[in-house]
Amino acid sequence: MIVAERKPFTEIKEMLSGYRKILILGCGTCVSVCMAGGEKEVEILASQIRMAFEKENREIEIKEATIQRQCDREFIETIRKMAGEYEAVLSLACGAGVQFVAELLAPLLILPGLNTRFIGVAEAEGVWSERCRACGDCVLSETAGICPVTICAKSLLNGPCGGTRDGKCEVDKDKDCAWTLIYRRLQEGGKLEKMRKIHPPKKHGVRIYPQRQVNEEFKKEVKSEK
Amino acid sequence: MAEFEPKVVAFCCHYCAYSAADLAGSLRLEYPANVRIVKLMCTGRVDASHLLKAFEAGADAVLVAGCEEGDCHFREGNIKAKRRVGYARKLLREAGLEGERLEMFNLGASDAHKFAAAVNEMTERARKLGPNPLRISREHRAKSIEQRAKRTRAPGTRAPEKPNERS
Ligand code: SF4
Ligand code: SF4
Repeated sequence: MIVAERKPFTEIKEMLSGYRKILILGCGTCVSVCMAGGEKEVEILASQIRMAFEKENREIEIKEATIQRQCDREFIETIRKMAGEYEAVLSLACGAGVQFVAELLAPLLILPGLNTRFIGVAEAEGVWSERCRACGDCVLSETAGICPVTICAKSLLNGPCGGTRDGKCEVDKDKDCAWTLIYRRLQEGGKLEKMRKIHPPKKHGVRIYPQRQVNEEFKKEVKSEK
Repeated sequence: MAEFEPKVVAFCCHYCAYSAADLAGSLRLEYPANVRIVKLMCTGRVDASHLLKAFEAGADAVLVAGCEEGDCHFREGNIKAKRRVGYARKLLREAGLEGERLEMFNLGASDAHKFAAAVNEMTERARKLGPNPLRISREHRAKSIEQRAKRTRAPGTRAPEKPNERS
């Protein structure tokens, strides 16, 4: 999932100066799971903003809504009409969601309420960590399911480097050396010979920004009802 | 600041705190009459949004009262509640309200005195801090709207809607 965190309250407050009627729009998928931008977070943020504004005798009208995904046209369409009644939308989705809502509801102003951080996993209750940099040329089959691009500080494909010490990384002694983790897991699985393989340089050519993917079999032109 | 009678909201679990509150009543213990009790099956049900909304509605202080730690009927609802109370305090401070207006208490079903003491403590705290700042600005605004209305209202027309109506 995409992991994000809420922007500092003061920054959000600052962003909202000048608006008197806003819609806070949550996203019901990734950011709900990482407790940054789901229905509950919308409710809490709305409550905070109302209180902060009221205390300063500033008027603001807030509508709260959450759609299943802000990165999908069909869900954004459901709020098009309602959103039009507001001066701005404070989106609590990841950056992709914010942009897609902005694109579909333009020229309505969309403000980001979160800082988008990484693609990761829910390691434990309340703990998320990065696992994938979306490199477009996955090597996990060779590395015992541990991503060297993400976990190794130098993204080495042929590690470890000379700086590895007692299983820790020379860049940050608190972090595990990715290649030691890979070595150990390969060893446990009896696949240590994989360590001998020299990986060719990554196909960086597959990373042309911004990336796009088209599936011809399913492609269908969409028109949004403006 | 002039003396005022603080409004306190108490979120109480069914198994301990609510029983203690009930007993406090039966024992005729003295505690401020301005406390409003919200009964929950377990304080684990308390969410930061509930606590914020109590303040938004004008509470001067809010307390969450659950069983003693280790005694929760649902094992760890009260431990979760304690963390959420801490989180809600942070959210309150961000919004410009004092975090001290919110507190978690743990008591047993027979701790009627402890319940009364908790309510007393929160009432005292609110008295020291003064009314919920939102109430102050609401009163202030209501007054200015009233004055404006007095100046502009045609005879026989209705008073304007109250401010701060939630959408
Ligand atoms: S908009 Fe972002 S956070 Fe929401 S579902 Fe899509 S990718 Fe996940
Ligand atoms: S190699 Fe790492 S960054 Fe690349 S796709 Fe696989 S997990 Fe993601």
